[in-house]
Amino acid sequence: MSDHAATSDHDDHAGHDPADIDKHVRVYIMVFVALMVLTIVTVAVSRFHLSVPVAVSVALLVATIKGALVASYFMHLMSEKKLILAVMALTVAFFIVLLALPVLTHSNGYWIPQPAGETPAHEAPAHPQ
Amino acid sequence: MDIPYTVAVRRDTGLNNGKIGIWLFLASEVMLFGALFASYILIRTGSPSWPRGDTVLDYRLATFNTIVLITSSVTMVMAWASLMRRRFGTFRMYMAATVLLGGVFLVVKYFEYSHHLHLGEYPSHSNFFAIYYTLTGLHMLHVLGGMVVNAYFWGPGAKLYETNPVWFTNRVEHSGLFWHFVDLVWIFLFPTLYLL
Repeated sequence: MSDHAATSDHDDHAGHDPADIDKHVRVYIMVFVALMVLTIVTVAVSRFHLSVPVAVSVALLVATIKGALVASYFMHLMSEKKLILAVMALTVAFFIVLLALPVLTHSNGYWIPQPAGETPAHEAPAHPQ
Repeated sequence: MDIPYTVAVRRDTGLNNGKIGIWLFLASEVMLFGALFASYILIRTGSPSWPRGDTVLDYRLATFNTIVLITSSVTMVMAWASLMRRRFGTFRMYMAATVLLGGVFLVVKYFEYSHHLHLGEYPSHSNFFAIYYTLTGLHMLHVLGGMVVNAYFWGPGAKLYETNPVWFTNRVEHSGLFWHFVDLVWIFLFPTLYLL
């Protein structure tokens, strides 16, 4: 069957009547306002010159909330099919592993069990003679 | 020959091919930017000293650009909503606004880059500027790519609306997903590079 012959009842937009879209538009406006407020919050908090760990935590928390709003509402992840959600959940899991790699690198291998009598990598001298 | 499943959904995925395609592409993009963010963490935590972003970069320009990009995300989703309401004229207005806002973002970036290059702050200047140009440069290319696709749908690509409005609406939705992703990346780049 040609795709052109498919009716809108069989496409991804099934169930989006005009009233439904009007409701969506109101949500978009609210999300827009929330994103603007959170942008101001991000900049305002940075003006307090907090310690680096606190500043990083706050900035990433606010950025994560903003990112979640964009993904959930503008990208419609809230109402997306399970297959898309599964793909993105897998992606996020790998993304977290990717970001954890530098942290593991800096911990210098302390989590690796060492045989008795051997010096753990992180306690070994930097330039053994 | 017709391209299959541009409008109709596949029985196995429950989606049209364009939708699953763009999401898989975005998954690969997440990993691309993830690798660069991981590099940033590695370089920053391994460096004996690291400048606060706002001491070397203009955070006010970046804040302005954040507002521009978020606004463009709203105009993009409104363009799609206009097509869903079968209001083609409104669609073109919102799509034009989206492309123009992307242009504003790039112009601001041009002034920002020019300023730093004029001061001799090239990528080779420091680790900070190396990762700054890499991350923002790649993001800028994405903005440019998104603008080209959106401009196509505003202009010559819009002819499809006359023959197959549902397919055209799907295409705009997919380019919108990419555009929102570009916005999402900037939401994380902005505090990481300019404020911390």
